[in-house]
Order: sequence, then C-alpha cells, then structure tokens
Amino acid sequence: MARRSVTKAHKKIQELSWEPTFVTKDPKYKTDYKLTKGGQKDAMKQVMQSYFPMQEEKDHRVYGAIDGAIRGNMWRQVQPRWMEWQKLFLSIIPFPEISAARAMPLLTEALPNPEIHNGLAFQMIDEVRHSTIQMNLKREYMRNYIDPAGFDITERAFSNNYAGTIGRQFGEGFITGDAITACNIYLQVIAETAFTNTLFVAMPSEAAANGDYLLPTVFLSVQSDESRHMNNGYGTLLMALAHDENKDLIERDMRYAWWNNHAVVDAAIGTFIDYGSKDRRKDRESYAEMWRRWVYDDYYRSYLVPLEKYGLTVPHDLVEEAWDRIWNKWYVHNTAQFFATGWFANYWRIDPMTEEDFEWFEHKYPGWYDRFGKWWEHYRDLSEPNGHKPIAFENTGYVYPCRCWTCMVPCMQREDTVLDYVDGEWRTYCSETCHWTDKVAFREEYNGRPTPAMGRLTGKREWETLYHGWDLEDVFKDLGYVRNDGKTLVPQPHVHFDDSKMWTLDHVRGIEFQSPRVLINEMSDEERDKWYEDYKKGFTINNTL
Amino acid sequence: MSELRPVTEAGGRGERSIPKIILTDAEAGAAKFAGSDSRSYNYFEPKGRRATKYEDVTVDVQPDPKRWLSQSWLYGWPNGDLGYDPRWTRMQTTNWHRFRDPNEEWERTIYINNANSVRQIQNSIENAKSENVFQDWNKSWLPILAKHLSAWAHADHGLGMYVFMPAQRAGMTNMHNNAISVNCMHKLRTAQDIMLYNLELTELFPGEFDGEVHQEVWLNDPAWQGVRENVERLMNATDWVQLCFASNIVFEPLVGELFRSGFIMRFAPAHNDFLTPSVIGVSEREFNDRDLTYTVEMMKDFLGDETHGEANKEVMEEWLAEWVPYSIAAARGLEPIWSEPEIQPVSFEQSFERARNRFEAILSDLGLRVPEEVTL
Repeated sequence: MARRSVTKAHKKIQELSWEPTFVTKDPKYKTDYKLTKGGQKDAMKQVMQSYFPMQEEKDHRVYGAIDGAIRGNMWRQVQPRWMEWQKLFLSIIPFPEISAARAMPLLTEALPNPEIHNGLAFQMIDEVRHSTIQMNLKREYMRNYIDPAGFDITERAFSNNYAGTIGRQFGEGFITGDAITACNIYLQVIAETAFTNTLFVAMPSEAAANGDYLLPTVFLSVQSDESRHMNNGYGTLLMALAHDENKDLIERDMRYAWWNNHAVVDAAIGTFIDYGSKDRRKDRESYAEMWRRWVYDDYYRSYLVPLEKYGLTVPHDLVEEAWDRIWNKWYVHNTAQFFATGWFANYWRIDPMTEEDFEWFEHKYPGWYDRFGKWWEHYRDLSEPNGHKPIAFENTGYVYPCRCWTCMVPCMQREDTVLDYVDGEWRTYCSETCHWTDKVAFREEYNGRPTPAMGRLTGKREWETLYHGWDLEDVFKDLGYVRNDGKTLVPQPHVHFDDSKMWTLDHVRGIEFQSPRVLINEMSDEERDKWYEDYKKGFTINNTL
Repeated sequence: MSELRPVTEAGGRGERSIPKIILTDAEAGAAKFAGSDSRSYNYFEPKGRRATKYEDVTVDVQPDPKRWLSQSWLYGWPNGDLGYDPRWTRMQTTNWHRFRDPNEEWERTIYINNANSVRQIQNSIENAKSENVFQDWNKSWLPILAKHLSAWAHADHGLGMYVFMPAQRAGMTNMHNNAISVNCMHKLRTAQDIMLYNLELTELFPGEFDGEVHQEVWLNDPAWQGVRENVERLMNATDWVQLCFASNIVFEPLVGELFRSGFIMRFAPAHNDFLTPSVIGVSEREFNDRDLTYTVEMMKDFLGDETHGEANKEVMEEWLAEWVPYSIAAARGLEPIWSEPEIQPVSFEQSFERARNRFEAILSDLGLRVPEEVTL
C-alpha cells in the first residue's frame, strides 16, 4: 500500500469508532489519572492492510535465516558460554512479551482515544509475535546446541527459579494495577523506549560476536516493531501530561518504573553481555559503555529530558544513581558474582572466567581485579567436583545476600541496603527507591490523594523462603533441575561436556539451605541490628580457600 | 573441551577490529553426556503423541500457581484479585491447561493467514477494477453497500477492540488468550477491510456512493439499533468465557452470518455484484473455519470436564437465556433491510430460518438447549 493511500486509509478507519448509548461504558481496567477524550494522533498511521503483508515479509526473512543456520550448522561456531545464558534469557523473555500483549486492553479500556486504541491493537498482536518467535528460537537452540538440558525444562524452570521470578515481575509490571502506571509508564515509556535498546539491540550484537547470528535475526526483527510501541506510549503520555493533577502520579510512576527497569534489566543484560561473551577485544563495548550510549544519551538526554518542557520533573537523580550503580558500585559485576555463587539453583551453566577475561575486565572496569579477581579464581578452582561443596557453601568470604522485597534482585550494594518493618514483617530492600516503591508508591493513597486503581505487591517474594531448612538434594529434585539420567545436575559451574566433570545429586546431598529473610525475622532486635550493621559493611574475599 | 583456537586471526582490514571466528564444535551430538539427548520440552503433556510446534511455543508461557509457579503472582489488583484470577469467569475446570487451539495459531500462522486474507481482498478488487466490472452493477445496490455493509464494520470493530481485546487479558492460559487475540485481529482487520472497500467504492462511484452514511445508519437507523445494543452490551460484559460464548456461539451465527451470508452474499450477485461476496466472504470463512472452531473446542472442554461439566452446562444455558434475546432482537431488527434492494432473491424469513438452524446445530453439537422461556 503506497504511503499516500495509507494516510487516506488511516483517516478512513477513524470512522469506525462511536460512543455507546445503550450502556454506560464501565471500563474493565481503571486508572487514577485524569484523561480527557481525544487529543493525540497515531503518527504511525497504522492500517491492517499494510501491516500484515509487511510482517509476513519480515517473518520470511527470519525463518529463512533459521533454515540457513541449521543447514550451515551455526552451532559449530557458537560459544557455549554465550548459549548457556540463553537458557535463562529465553526462558524469561517470552513472558514479558506476551504480558505486553495482555496489557493493551488496560489502555483501550482506560484511555479515551480511539485513534490510539487502533495503534494498541497492532502492538497487541506484535507482542504475540514476539513471544512465540522467541519460544521458537529457543526450540531451535534446544534441538541443535550441544547441551539441551535447561532448554528442555524452560517454562517450568522460569516459573520456579529465583532469577525467572525477577524477570517475571518485569512482565507482571505491565499487566496489573493502574492502567497508565502499568501499560503506559512502566511498559511503553520506560521498558520499551529505554531498555529494549539494550535488550534487543546491544545484546544481539554480542550474540553475533559469539557465533550466534540467529538471536540477532530474531531480535532485530522484534525491535523493528518497537517504534510503533514507543509511538503509542508517547501519545498516551502526552494525554496524561495535559492535566496538571497527573503530574505527581507521572513522577511517582517514572521513579518506580525507571528504577525497577534498571534494577532488573541492567542486572540481567549486563551480565549476559559482560560475562556471557568470549569476545575480549579491548575495543568492543562493555555493557557500561553500551548503557551510556543507548540508555543515557539516546533515551535520557534525547527523550526523557525534553519532557520537562511540559512542566514535568523527570527522575534525574535516579538516572544518575543508576549510572553510579553501574559504573562506581559494580552493579553488573555484583550480579554476575551472585549468579555464579548461586549456580546450584540455576538451570544453565556458568563458564569460569579466564586470564583473558580478567584482562578485559580490568581494561574496561579499572579496579575490577582487586574486587572480583580472587573470587573468580576461587570459582574456577571449585568448578569441577573434587570433594568440595558448591562455592556458595565454601568459605570464600562471600556473604550470601538478602533479597530486595521490591525488585527481588539481591541487595548487592551492601551499603545501600534498607531494613524496615513493613506490613507485619522485617523486609530488606536494595535501595531507598525500592523501599519507597513498596512502602509509599504501591498503596491505596499517594501524597494525600486516594489511588484506588494502584496495584499491590503480592506473592512469595523471597525465593529462598520456599526452601528454608531443606537439604540441597531435595531442592534440586523439587525444582526438577536434574538431567534425564536421574542424578546429574542441569546447572554446572563450567562448560565441560563430559560426565566425569559434572556435578550430581551426590555432590549436594547433606547441605542445608537457608533463607536470609526467615533468619532475619527470627532474630532478636539486638541480633538484627548487629546483622544489619555487619551486612552494610560488606565482605572480604579470602585469599585462599 | 580441548583448547580452542581461532581459525582466523582477527586483524580485519587495516584498523578494523572484528570478532574472531572460532570453531567450538558445540553442535548437537558432538558429545554424549547426561542430558545430551533431551531435545524436547518435557514439562507438559502434548495432546497427541508428540508436541506440535504450536504447543511448544504456547504452552506454559503464561504460568500458573497450580502448576510450576512456586512464588505465585507478584502483582495483585487492589480488590485482592490475583494477577490472573480464576474467578474472572464462572466456568470451572479441573485443568485449565487441557485446552488446545484447534487452529494452532502462533506467529507464522497469524501473519500468513491474515496477509493471505488481505491479498485475496486486494486482488479481487484489483481484478474487478481492471475488468471494470462496476459498469455492470445495478446502481440501486450502491446505497445498500454504503449503508448496511459499511454499518456492519462497526460491529466487527466493537467486537474486536472492546470485547476480544479485553478478553485476551483475562484467560487462565496462554492457549486461551492467544486464540482470543487472533480472533480480535480477525474482527479488527475485517472492520478495516470493509472501510477500505467503502473508500474504493467512494472513489469508483463519485457522487453516487455515500462513503460516510454508515455512521448515521449505525447510530440511528432503527434496523441497526438491535445489533448495536447487542454489541454494546457485550462490550460491557466482563466474564471472558462468556464474552467468547455470547459473541461466537450466539451473536455471530444469529446475526453475523445472517447478515453476511443471508443478506450480502445472497443479494449482491442478483445486482451483478460478484465482488462484494468475495470481500465479505473472507471474514465469513475466518469465522466459520477458525473463530467458531476454537470457541466450540473451548466450550466442549468446559462442558466435558468430569467434575464441573454439568455446572458449566447450567451456566452456559443461563448465558443463552441472557444473550439469545438480544441477538434475536438484533437479527429481527434487520428484517427491513431485506426489502430495500431492488431485487430480492430470498426473504428475511428464509435467511433467518437458515441462521436459526445453524445456531441450533451448534448448540446441538455442544449438547446445550435454549431455555424454554426464550423464543427463537
């Protein structure tokens, strides 16, 4: 369809909407924002008759590439270190994608703008596309990569794993509670406009450098849909900005959404890019460099800051704080260290770091070796079973972290950890902002105004609670992270494909697992004060085991 | 693994830096070890002997605290409802995850099928234009297309945007919600197909085809008010299974097929219009082949549940009692339009009888009966 006729067609389909008169429309999904009818246009002028053939053509390219990868046996050159992290990433990402599809009616119900509703419909089916195209990519990995264990249990593992849960709250943030908070600010304005750049652009380039050109094929095709979604989000945001009384809610939601997206996405994608790569060219970008380019410059400076012309205060302090966590507080490196400490609870392998890796990290992140080098040497020394326990249960000096109640990422910036008694229990938070999110933002009232549409934080939010006091062997069996021989573990702290080097249930039997949250709540006030003081001081890694 | 060495030196051209190509031998079968042969998703029961690609890319993507979701939903609604709550429908089941979409819709099928539909319509229109078939049309037929065919687009739009769109947020599994989301797109695409066909006719018959009269007809023509009331009441209903049931089991056979097959597709050829049936026939086929098929399968799953089947049947019959009167009123309200065309190949009663028989056959297939107090 020619561009001129798309414009005409788009104008024509606006005739389809009408105001019901037989019923008083009762929106199924609500918002506390004030919104008035009309206002913003769909600048993309989306029409079904141009959309479906265009998407079909994009699919042909994706599936042609998949055929090519299989015929050309791409897996002869993929890096196992990289592919193993895909067991985690590709178990998580289809759920946020499908949640984005499910989120669209929050806005079609709450937002009085039929032209934008039309744009949202395209986004809905785009997201169904993304979810199933990613599930299919994973299926190809399972069928063609040397070690399918972990891919074969993918959605079960996603559902019962501590890291899967962190990713899941990212997707759940789109679909529940206030329609504008969830679908517009959290999903469209922050997740899609800011963080899909690192998810779907930065990560594919790293995949390609590790011999995997299918992930770029699929995810760049996915990313080509995102501009439509950002457009939907911007129009909706401008409708909200039209009313001064929305400003405190927008500012609340931007603070929550920005910080939560940073906490979750930077932890995961930063680890995949910095620790999942074998490409150690000094001139290839680190995650911090990518973040500075894609998120700080392209998003914060070019998109977020200009919103201030509408009288809004954007969360400058939290953008700077996120950068500070990434650059000065070792956020990604603390995360990778935790992932590797917790390998016993994973469903993917984590390759030890080598001298070449150390050199690259020191080059990209000066001071890295002093902080993390010794621990990664311990990890490498303990990677093959040899009469010792998994590294988390050996005396390296590392202190297993408590978990943030809000973002559910462990409290790894020890000095920033907040402890508070909330809703009848002691909770820990990774930061002041996550503490505020639980205690202030997700409540029935905000700044003295009722917020009846706001969602609630629910669920068993500390994974370790589920297994407090369990034998580690039983934890594995309950999770289902045992290979089909009935004894070898799915996760391994290495990428050796040799039974003699693989950990089994025999190696983890007799180890008791404990929950920091349960222990903290069982402590006396004096014990808890002491624990908190010590925790904030951090830890020192022992030179020898 | 043995020591890996790059097969090329990563020098690039001059100053360019490129990643090294390294043969890692990480392909399936390169080594045998525990789990190296586990090459299918093993956490769900396929419907057949082997999982289909549709099942692989669909099942368990939306998790469930009753299956593997050990930490339950992490965001809740202010009224205490879970992120996905089984109380959002009156249907009950011993196993939400039993349902499979018989159309096996996933990404590729969605785009291939809908792009084919778009092409079929566009090709039909282009062929008609190249042959200039419009010169043979009975001009008295033009106002019927302008008013009534175009008014129907509103019904499709309402169902797509405000019935199936919210319904696909609420289902308890990904299998339910994906099937409903495809249904949503069929309706929205059809509404736009009709509008763009209207645009073509406006340009082909300048001054003779009123491209905008459909809005007035939809809002105020007495013949259409029953249809509009039915659609608007569906837009305000909340039970997601009820929305599928009342739309696809009740409204579509009694009203949608009555209008599309019983009126447009029957009357158009009599006015030398052989194009419109092929345009509207696309959505008729989509409903019959796909949307009705998944809906019947979904209802059969609830009706066949060993524990809750009987209770579900009672609820569905309550839904019939609630929704059939609206759809009968909508259908009968359309009766005057059968008298408008110059040539009338069938009477309203003949078309309605056909629709009623079709509706009763669907109910018979489901083992449901319309309550006695409801007059068909």
